Amino acid sequence: MAKDMTKKKIIIVGGGISGLLATIKVCELGGEVYLFSYCPVKRSHSLCAQGGMNACMDTKGEHDSIYEHFDDTVYGGDFLADQLAVKGMVEAAPKLIKMLDRMGVTFTRTPEGNLDLRNFGGQKNKRTCFSGSTTGQQILYALDEQVRRWEVKGVVHKYEFWEFIKIIKNKEGICRGIVAQSMNTMEIKSFPADTVILATGGPGQVFGRCTASTICNGSAVSAVYQQGAEIANPEFIQIHPTAIPGSDKNRLMSEACRGEGGRVWVYKDGKPWYFLEEMYPAYGNLVPRDVASRAIFKVCVHMGLGINGENRVYLDLSHIDGDYLLRKLGGILEMYSEFVGQDPRKVPMEIFPSVHYSMGGIWVDRFHFTNIPGLMASGECDYQYHGANRLGANSLLSAAYSGTVSGPEAMKWAKSGKNGSELSEAEMEAARAEVQREYDKILQMNGSENAHKLHHEMGDLMYKYVAIERDNNGLDACLVELKKLLKRWDDIGITDRGHVANQEAMFVRQLRNMILYAMAITKGARCRDESRGAHAKIVLENGQRKHDENGDLVFMGRDDKNFMFTTIINYDPKTEEPLVSYREFDHSLIKPRARNYAVAKKE
Amino acid sequence: MAEKVRFIIERQDAPDAKPYNQEFDVDYRPGLNVVASLMEIQKNPVTVDGKKVPPVVWECNCLEKVCGACMMVINGKAQQACCALVDNLKKPIKLQPARTFPVIRDLLIDRSRMFEALKRIQGWIELDGSWENRDAPIQNPYTARTAYEISRCMTCGCCLEACPNVGPQSDFIGPAPTVQAYLFNLHPLGKFDAPKRLNVLMEKGGITSCGNSQNCEAVCPKSIKLTKYLAQLNRDVNIQALKNIFDN
Repeated sequence: MAKDMTKKKIIIVGGGISGLLATIKVCELGGEVYLFSYCPVKRSHSLCAQGGMNACMDTKGEHDSIYEHFDDTVYGGDFLADQLAVKGMVEAAPKLIKMLDRMGVTFTRTPEGNLDLRNFGGQKNKRTCFSGSTTGQQILYALDEQVRRWEVKGVVHKYEFWEFIKIIKNKEGICRGIVAQSMNTMEIKSFPADTVILATGGPGQVFGRCTASTICNGSAVSAVYQQGAEIANPEFIQIHPTAIPGSDKNRLMSEACRGEGGRVWVYKDGKPWYFLEEMYPAYGNLVPRDVASRAIFKVCVHMGLGINGENRVYLDLSHIDGDYLLRKLGGILEMYSEFVGQDPRKVPMEIFPSVHYSMGGIWVDRFHFTNIPGLMASGECDYQYHGANRLGANSLLSAAYSGTVSGPEAMKWAKSGKNGSELSEAEMEAARAEVQREYDKILQMNGSENAHKLHHEMGDLMYKYVAIERDNNGLDACLVELKKLLKRWDDIGITDRGHVANQEAMFVRQLRNMILYAMAITKGARCRDESRGAHAKIVLENGQRKHDENGDLVFMGRDDKNFMFTTIINYDPKTEEPLVSYREFDHSLIKPRARNYAVAKKE
Repeated sequence: MAEKVRFIIERQDAPDAKPYNQEFDVDYRPGLNVVASLMEIQKNPVTVDGKKVPPVVWECNCLEKVCGACMMVINGKAQQACCALVDNLKKPIKLQPARTFPVIRDLLIDRSRMFEALKRIQGWIELDGSWENRDAPIQNPYTARTAYEISRCMTCGCCLEACPNVGPQSDFIGPAPTVQAYLFNLHPLGKFDAPKRLNVLMEKGGITSCGNSQNCEAVCPKSIKLTKYLAQLNRDVNIQALKNIFDN
């Protein structure tokens, strides 16, 4: 088949929900997609999303409204999300659900055969569409199937088991291609494009153990950050309140457990204490994630009330009918039984908060363009929609919605005539050769450090200083330690110098990117002297953490005057350090108000 | 000293290289699984003979038994390594690649034949487009439940590895992709193209290659009732074959 030279070529890096929807949109608009992924796209991390996807369907007699979804999202995000962007997303949500339903997503049904809805945190109305407790898997699969259909038609070219290394800019500084490496043959190659979309997901692995897949390392985001892309709000890392702690990974126990009636408790004075219900009477167990995580942390770490003195609390479903649980939560109950060896229908689960999601990411405008012309970002790797804290079940929504924006916009840009000159053979070869040199250097590394051990140490550091509770002493210390890690990276020694599937060499390269991203997160947190959403900072007094008269830690308040701005981080190539500045965003529709889940929301 | 768990790992340096065994010890801890053990080996890739070697290569992503990536043969049985708890395995633990598929390196295999098979069976709904047109049809909740059961198939390949009819002697595309045809035929829009999928399954490599050994269902990590759906498909294919005769 002769290649159609007039077709616009769009490179999409990442085959999760956002990348796949962008792919479908580009194909429908007559473009051709080069789709790069660490893995067969059907194995992307989107499939770990469990609980559901929010959309105002209003089919439960609760008079739910799109405005209510809008307000819940902005309020839940502690007024740091761009409101015009959020408005676009929540308005599109019901349409997206209907489209996914037509594609064959196996949404759970009511007895009448309609889409069922469940409760989720930070929202009073039933608004969450779901497929059992593996909603992300089911949505990803339907999109994977549609993309396969386009692949058969010859307009999607998959590069699975290829790692994105960096973008290539033309002489006008416009992004016109990428360099990538085959993870099996180790071949390094340049690929030209009219537009490049990154949809590479979150950076969970920067924290080591988290709920994310092993492939969610933020390496691609860090790579373009080092090439001039701005990072926004990286300090906002969501800690999910309910995960099964593990040495290889913390496994998520969906918020749907609480949505379906699960209760969180510990023993206090010999009796079960339902502390979320007591602390937050209006929302109870359905407070947003940042609030629940801080409460659990306080109960375990500061009050010493964790189960058997360990950092664990109960998440209890045992009072709910077993058949009902199986139908609504089957997938994750099976997972808990499998990994822990106990049946959550009979005994309460033991859980603790874990790093889960990044609200921050590459800065994009409302059309998903980054500050580098020709480069777009879409999905968890961008910073849009969630502000300082994401509501449960809004991530599948933002992943899907962002793909439906970035795909068509990529085509518009490709046709606009603004993307400058094509890359010459020489420019492509120069970029390839540079990456090859860097890779060959890694293969020669002969020092005394093990990359996986360094990674483990970095995870410990980040958990210690940049997780649920932060203070400026710790953040300063963390930055110093991260710089030391960066230095120690130079002293890595590798044992694998082979030329087939050299995972060790690839990991070494990713690790450097991860350390630089960790510095951006930490610096963002250091400079933001307030508490907002997932970012909770303790007041220091005479260099010590301040406590009130009850012995409770004193946190900084929200400071709208100085910090209701988007954090912007630029990479300083000279020092390799992050440079922090702040940028206005749109908050014209809902006036900021105090966030308090102890009482029902007032507008 | 901590209790050790012994692993015997079948390694292979390249697709055409000869396999060889290496043994590693990993410190035991409660809840330890095979992937976590391989991660420990990455941190200290030294064999029991004290030889420093390249770390073992394998594929994994989610570690929650939903992505399908980490399928390998553990003590002779194809399964996901992430949820294979060391406590439940006979020691020493033997790890091998699933050789029904081409081996790339060590435990890393090439499962592209499964994704190619999904193309063959037209595993998708023929959507007019991703734009809004009208509401999707209502679905019988019981049928939807069956669809959900099948749709959890993660293309891991356990069933192909266990099936005696998948291999060089046969063209059989394997249980998982075949049963996916049944999934799409259940959908209110997908069933419009059911005859196409059934006709594909009549061809070489289709349902007639299934020998009903039922190994597939025994190893399916998602407990999908594969043999039941293979039998129903077999019936649907026969009906379609008769229809083809009378329609011509």
